[in-house]
Amino acid sequence: MSQYIYLVPLFPLIGFLIAGLGRNVLGKTLLGWIPSMAVLASFVVSLLIFRDVQHMDPEHASVVVQIYNFFHVGNFSVNFSFQVDQLSTLFLLIITGIGFLIHVYSIGYMSHDEGFGKYFAYLNLFVFNMLLLVLGSNYIIMFIGWEGVGLCSYLLIGFWYKKKEYGNAAKKAFIMNRIGDLGFLIAVFLIISRFGTTEFSEVFRSQAGIVANGPFILAVTLCLFIGATGKSAQLPLFTWLPDAMAGPTPVSALIHAATMVTAGVYMIVRSNILFTIAPVTQHIILMVGLATALIAATIATRQNDIKKVLAYSTVSQLGFMFMAIGVGAYTAAVFHVITHAFFKALLFLGSGSVIHGMSGEQDIRMMGGLKEKMKTTYYTFLIGCIAIAGIPPLSGFFSKDEIMMHLFTNGAFGKVFWALGMIAAFMTAFYMFRLLFITFFGKFRGTHEQAHHVHESPALMTMPLIVLAILSIGGGLIGVPEVFGLGEHWLKEWLEPILLKSELAHIYINELSHRGELLLMAIAVIIAFLGIILAWSLYKNYDAKKQNKGIAKFLEDKWLFDEAYDNAIVKPTFAAANVLKTNVEEQVIDGAVNGVGKLLHAASNRLRYLQSGMVGFYLFIMVAGIIALAILLFFIH
Amino acid sequence: MPIQYYLYLSLALFCTGIIGALMRRNAIVILMCIELMLNAVNLLLVAFSNHFNDASAQIFVFFIMVVAAAEVSIGLAIIVLMYRRVHSIDINILNRLKN
Repeated sequence: MSQYIYLVPLFPLIGFLIAGLGRNVLGKTLLGWIPSMAVLASFVVSLLIFRDVQHMDPEHASVVVQIYNFFHVGNFSVNFSFQVDQLSTLFLLIITGIGFLIHVYSIGYMSHDEGFGKYFAYLNLFVFNMLLLVLGSNYIIMFIGWEGVGLCSYLLIGFWYKKKEYGNAAKKAFIMNRIGDLGFLIAVFLIISRFGTTEFSEVFRSQAGIVANGPFILAVTLCLFIGATGKSAQLPLFTWLPDAMAGPTPVSALIHAATMVTAGVYMIVRSNILFTIAPVTQHIILMVGLATALIAATIATRQNDIKKVLAYSTVSQLGFMFMAIGVGAYTAAVFHVITHAFFKALLFLGSGSVIHGMSGEQDIRMMGGLKEKMKTTYYTFLIGCIAIAGIPPLSGFFSKDEIMMHLFTNGAFGKVFWALGMIAAFMTAFYMFRLLFITFFGKFRGTHEQAHHVHESPALMTMPLIVLAILSIGGGLIGVPEVFGLGEHWLKEWLEPILLKSELAHIYINELSHRGELLLMAIAVIIAFLGIILAWSLYKNYDAKKQNKGIAKFLEDKWLFDEAYDNAIVKPTFAAANVLKTNVEEQVIDGAVNGVGKLLHAASNRLRYLQSGMVGFYLFIMVAGIIALAILLFFIH
Repeated sequence: MPIQYYLYLSLALFCTGIIGALMRRNAIVILMCIELMLNAVNLLLVAFSNHFNDASAQIFVFFIMVVAAAEVSIGLAIIVLMYRRVHSIDINILNRLKN
């Protein structure tokens, strides 16, 4: 079955071509359903391949399928080839599965938009590139997908490009990502210079000769991590993600929550062997992840835009994943990617349903009391909130708990990290339920017209919500800890061949007794409930008129990150450009160009007196010239 | 007779021609001076032809004579027309054509 892997990215590519070329020809029904079916077809093929891999001997399940030789320079050659193994098939299922649900949802959500065909073309192009990223069997193919998803992200953030700030948000996302991409590229060049190949299997096989913690491996892993911070919105490059919410809401769900932003996590997990021999980088990742999780969570507690809350929540959850990577718990990171994909897609689509019902209103201060009017949306959103807050037995509890467990047992400072992580988890429960209470409880605060208009979304939109809600409830079952006596941790078993060499060095979990493990879980659950109770007591009767002051204002202003970047980078750049413009461009370059013209003008002004029209004078000049030439010839010889 | 004599004569004729062409304003005189220069060259060609016992240079002389005759006839025709128009054969009047 693995040899048919090329079908998986091929279907969305065909869908992209059909939707893109036929966007003005085909009807809306076809334009919506052809791309959706293309992704569904990919999902079915992925499922078959997944089953195939499942039945194979885990050690030999990794297959590289070569499509063709991409390019060949000297003795360096890059194959266009796909890697089928436990990790990539898992991501295939998430991308195509959630991608399909979001395509279906989009048919309802975008039904009134004039860019309908263009939207689906972009969406399919994104799925294609994301599949390329995940399937590539070397860093070059991965990089193609990496850039491709960045492009699609840019196109979709700026989808409503007629609004200037949306276009600016798209540019911001693209430029921020470029910084990360530079890191990724440098890492790839370093790998090529050392190993002479970018093929994963060969790089990971020959890493044995590298000195652990040596300058080379540190440079490679740090550059890869810089790439990951860009794509996965970690400090200091995270500010693009909240702005990326300018795009249509299903895009936020698919690209900026469920799939693309986890590309950084995927890339590091894929390169786990390199990171394992660079503990210094891992410490940096842990710190960055922790700082991101905390800062983003604090910002999320004071945002008033429903999508901004979810965006900062995404940044914060990505921080959790990087914390897991930082302590070498790659399984936990992948686990959280999966559960997060479920419940964050659910929450975003739920918020999209709310926005749809409110005719485009995104400010939660204008909402309230939607519980009665949008029942399906409310219940599915509630499930999403419970899942992300970490209440058992929903999916978020298991994945977050696993990360916390690994933090707790990670060396001397593990308990400090765990405590800080717990604070972030507390804030997660708080801000999610704050959002829930403000949006769905209390009295309706919008205009009279909006109150009249509010309605539940069509079935096309609620069905994906229900499916994702079920996944958010049950998704945790793929990684139930052994302490509950329900058998092995399935995901850990599944990923073992990929992480074999890495996780052996980092299994601390055994140090913790079963009683201790249960105690930590109990604390986590209590903390989550505390967050919910606090949110209930503060926001059950929300007063929208109260202004934020002091720290709350600072948090509402997002720690002034945008302002700081503006003052530190954007403004000096513009100032420098202005200085260069007035001094270099206008004086030196323009001066040189205009100077040539002026010189010719002045010279010809003088020379035109030679053109007197006096024949005698012409003759004289001619004779004088001939004589001068004759004399010259005479002296030369 | 040594070749130098021919050369001196030719040089003298040519210089006379040049100076005349440069100095005089009468168009007919200038035309005559140009003839003088052409004939100075003819003389030179004939002299060398004789000196090297090669007749081919004399072919050129005939050509130059034909061209000079044609040139004079056209030049005189222009001068006649010019005289009819401006009642003068002063060469410097020609620059007024531009107005």
